[in-house]
Amino acid sequence: MTKLTSLTIAQCRDGLRKGDFSARELTATYIQAMEAHRDLNAYITETPDIALSRAQDADERLKAGTAGAMEGIPVAIKDLFCTEGVLTTAASHILDGFKPGYESTVSANLKKAGAVMLGKTNLDEFAMGSSNMTSYYGGVKNPWKRQGEDTDLVPGGSSGGSAAAVAAHIAAAATGTDTGGSIRQPAAFCGITGLKPTYGRCSRWGVVAFASSLDQAGPMTRDVRDAAIMLGAMAGHDPKDATSANLPLPDFEAALTGDIRGLRVGIPKEYRPDGLDPQIQALWDQGVEWLKAAGAEVREISLPHTKYALATYYIVAPAECSSNLARYDGVRFGLRVDGDSLDDMYMNTRAAGFGSEVKRRILMGTYVLSAGYYDAYYLKAQRVRTLIAQDFANAFKDVDVILTPTAPSAAFGMGENMDDPITMYLNDVFTVPTSLAGLPGLSLPAGLDTQGLPLGLQLIGKPWDEETVLRVGGVLETAAGFTAKPALVGG
Amino acid sequence: MLDKSTVRNIAFLARIDVPDADLEPLAHQLSGILDWVEQLQEVNTDGVHPMSSVTEMTMTWRPDEVTDGGHRDKVTANAPAARDGFFAVPKVVE
Repeated sequence: MTKLTSLTIAQCRDGLRKGDFSARELTATYIQAMEAHRDLNAYITETPDIALSRAQDADERLKAGTAGAMEGIPVAIKDLFCTEGVLTTAASHILDGFKPGYESTVSANLKKAGAVMLGKTNLDEFAMGSSNMTSYYGGVKNPWKRQGEDTDLVPGGSSGGSAAAVAAHIAAAATGTDTGGSIRQPAAFCGITGLKPTYGRCSRWGVVAFASSLDQAGPMTRDVRDAAIMLGAMAGHDPKDATSANLPLPDFEAALTGDIRGLRVGIPKEYRPDGLDPQIQALWDQGVEWLKAAGAEVREISLPHTKYALATYYIVAPAECSSNLARYDGVRFGLRVDGDSLDDMYMNTRAAGFGSEVKRRILMGTYVLSAGYYDAYYLKAQRVRTLIAQDFANAFKDVDVILTPTAPSAAFGMGENMDDPITMYLNDVFTVPTSLAGLPGLSLPAGLDTQGLPLGLQLIGKPWDEETVLRVGGVLETAAGFTAKPALVGG
Repeated sequence: MLDKSTVRNIAFLARIDVPDADLEPLAHQLSGILDWVEQLQEVNTDGVHPMSSVTEMTMTWRPDEVTDGGHRDKVTANAPAARDGFFAVPKVVE
């Protein structure tokens, strides 16, 4: 018999509706699996009691015929989403003991759709990182290992706990957030599917803010269909977020027609930097062939300001972070370290509460926004950002979707790439431009490298056109036939 | 190149206590990042507007009315020090 934890959302949905198993059985199986794999450190907080009580409600709604789109599906919530009455840490010491009195819109939407929360997943502190190593609660182990090796690898970041949980089958799916690649890069490292929607598709209300003009929530799932189902349950207009789009929600799952004949796919020539890993280049070329075989028309395009995207990001994101993180002052929530004066209390609290990467970004942001430097750094970066967005707008006059690799490497070892901040920043070279332009980006697993680790391909779409991204993703997924699993789930 | 005193100053602006011994290494790291972002100066941005919104969206209006509130206890529930419905801080006025 197939293990319940190996089923996709779509398969669970069918099994639940047919009565093959109950939401309580499914949830209980996941709780056991979650507890059995605590060594991965994927969860910061487990919420089995909440899960079982929601599963019971789900069973009642399934029986009554009033089931929602995610009824009874056990999901993990990245610990950046505020959850009412449940510890919310952002993986930072400074939020010690914080139990929000409210629920984020995205997690509330999922609950309304019937999803069952298993717990809160680990992440880089305040979502700042590409390895999950900056978490106050410790790194997360990638469930994948290199062939014949026992080295612990990172799951990527910042949504590392979510990606590891989905890959290890200790959650059917998980929420992530993406500021510069934090859904897509960990999805690629863990061999799962991750979708960053268009900026404004999902409400940011109740999500701990990092860089508000870039932050966007999205689904992390076993396959493309699940991403479509879960996005539909997460997204939607929210008057409480002024940047949330008041647009009708399409039926994302219906977009998976499998037909991409005549669709124009762009291949950006600037995404072939010198020294690109030949295995990643080969997989990318293979992706082009798969899409051609399915009837798509492939064209080379140019995104001339690509090489400036990372530098732009590392001005804009720290600037916004320094402003957003000013609220952690030891007064209203979380940690307080006393001092002789109010200023001393602030300074002691923030020194003890923030980790080194977060401090570095706050200081960087404070500097680029300070008097005399604002124009030279911040305004300059926002001008280049306009050019980067225009590059995409121009390209989308000729193509419908863009295909690139997701990350420049497969998962690396825990502790690697830690010596120099810029080495770590380079992980996001292929994902950051999309974020700066606010566009939807999907990563899906497309192959294994010679060490047996998953590699991802990324599809980038026009604003609000997640449907095309998902449709092409579905075709690519079928062609790639990626069925490999990490050994710990019996792969 | 950032020097120690600049880092001390921005650390104060950001209200983060940085021990003297950490100023030099931080100055070095931040300078490395600033050198790297210096490449943006090559880009001609004459006449380009700084991005203010990534999606073309018009802010919406709503009537100026109270729509929520009355949650004093919920708001102060997470405070490290709360007294009688207020946030308590070290003495500010002598």
